Amino acid sequence: MSTTGPPHDPESFAAHHARLRRRQTLRNVAIGAVALVVLWGAARVGEVDPAQFWAGFPRLGNYISDILPVIRLEHFGADVSEWMWGLDRWLALILDTLVIAVLGTALGGALALSGSFFAARNLAPYEWLGAIARRIHEIGRTVPEIVYALIFVYAFGIGPFAGVLAIILHTWGALGKLTAEANENIDMRPVEAAYACGCNWATSMRLAAFPQIAPNFLSYALFRLEINVRAASVLGIVGAGGIGQELYLAIRRFEYTDVSAILLLLIILVAIIDITSEHLRHMVIGRGAEVRA
Amino acid sequence: MTRRPALAPELRDDLLRERPRLFGPTPGDWALRAAAGLVILAVLGFSLWRVDATPERIAEGIGRLGFLLQFMWPPTAGGELWRLVMALLETLAIALIGTVAAAVASYPIGFLGARNILRMRLLRLPLRRALDVIRGVDVLIFALIFVAAVGLGPFAGILAVAVNDVGNFSKLFAEAIENTDDGPAEGAAASGCSRLETIRFAIVPQVMPVILSHILYFFERNVRAASIIGIVGAGGIGFELSERIRGNYWDEAAFIILMLLVTVMVIDRISHRLRLRIIGR
Repeated sequence: MSTTGPPHDPESFAAHHARLRRRQTLRNVAIGAVALVVLWGAARVGEVDPAQFWAGFPRLGNYISDILPVIRLEHFGADVSEWMWGLDRWLALILDTLVIAVLGTALGGALALSGSFFAARNLAPYEWLGAIARRIHEIGRTVPEIVYALIFVYAFGIGPFAGVLAIILHTWGALGKLTAEANENIDMRPVEAAYACGCNWATSMRLAAFPQIAPNFLSYALFRLEINVRAASVLGIVGAGGIGQELYLAIRRFEYTDVSAILLLLIILVAIIDITSEHLRHMVIGRGAEVRA
Repeated sequence: MTRRPALAPELRDDLLRERPRLFGPTPGDWALRAAAGLVILAVLGFSLWRVDATPERIAEGIGRLGFLLQFMWPPTAGGELWRLVMALLETLAIALIGTVAAAVASYPIGFLGARNILRMRLLRLPLRRALDVIRGVDVLIFALIFVAAVGLGPFAGILAVAVNDVGNFSKLFAEAIENTDDGPAEGAAASGCSRLETIRFAIVPQVMPVILSHILYFFERNVRAASIIGIVGAGGIGFELSERIRGNYWDEAAFIILMLLVTVMVIDRISHRLRLRIIGR
């Protein structure tokens, strides 16, 4: 591009314009070609086969119609109770799922909150401590819950306790990073005032930094709870408690209507938590302020 | 030094009648706080009891975790480095195709879900509720279902990632479209554009950067998702990882986890940079 801007006489302006257009077209073609090559390579590695895709479609339709229960209007009650034959056990497992999510969010949130003051660049008592805290958060949120769960099931035995620990670690990392970023954006004057009054580091954080991020932190934590309910619903697949195991078994054993029954209960749980949490978040932080997924 | 006299009692009572919280929380506030604290403690206590978190169990587990960490050192590929790299590539391929497919499918759905495009509430709201349901189900459950429906392999994984993200993308795209400035659309309509032309020339240019940045962000997320769906047989490196853990090859499991960590961190950094550039900061 010329530094003097486009020329003023019509002919050279047209030439200039054509040159720019050509360059842009060339760039778009190049980007498109690279994208196509990458996608083609990915499709090869991912074994994408259009024939399989079209063959899979009707099978998918069949599967969906298989898992749906037969419910006739004339004996509606009997059909529903047959569909929901395991309701008591499923509700207990759904409760487990909720417990895993709540406990994981609460304890992971507590760790994240305390860690965030170390991880914030403007508040860290020592630089090296801040670096360590940031690394812990990074590893915590990079490893998926289910991988932690695989490991913890070995160490702590099968059951929801391993799931709670898995959720705690991941929540610690994810929430710790977000809260540390909130901490980095606070007004530093109250913190300086607290130091000037002779507060030590911990007291300054409690009295000057925490009140500034408390609404943000609460809203992040509630949002995390919504995510964790979804995460906790699959931990059972690796034996870490909750409804996941039952769903896994139902799908593996082709107990079709059980699949849809459990899915329905799960969707209801997620919906209740989402609506409650959204309501609370709006109360905490006011409408319009949304947290990114 | 003499202390300043305290506030006259009558004045204090007057002030308190007018502003009960002037000198701090009222007894009622304290009661409310205590009740809230008790409820929280009760919920946590019940939860801890429910998951059977006894101190012995924690101590025992931490001991075993120490052993595991010893077994994990040093991490090794177990002579199968090439195979693991291919599995990792498969994970990336699943994430990439799943994200692109979901984005392409969600683009029109997003417009239909936006308040300023589709004005019929009766059509729009059921669409958005259906998308909420899709978003409520974890990608691993979709993977399980697709493995049962179309068989083992990365294809099931791609479908799982794509379907799950249609729910996410459509909602985010619809919100981005609703957040556009009405001015350009009015201008385009006033200069004689049809409805479709208005969308193309007044709304699409506004939402494109937002949409691209969402796509990149979800690609990051999907790399993570695609790295675990192998646990249920939907392709990618998760299969290798869960096999190593089930077979007690902890040093190889540690190697795979490290591979994943590095890959995810590199992709996050690149994508973060790109997103900042797209949004233009």
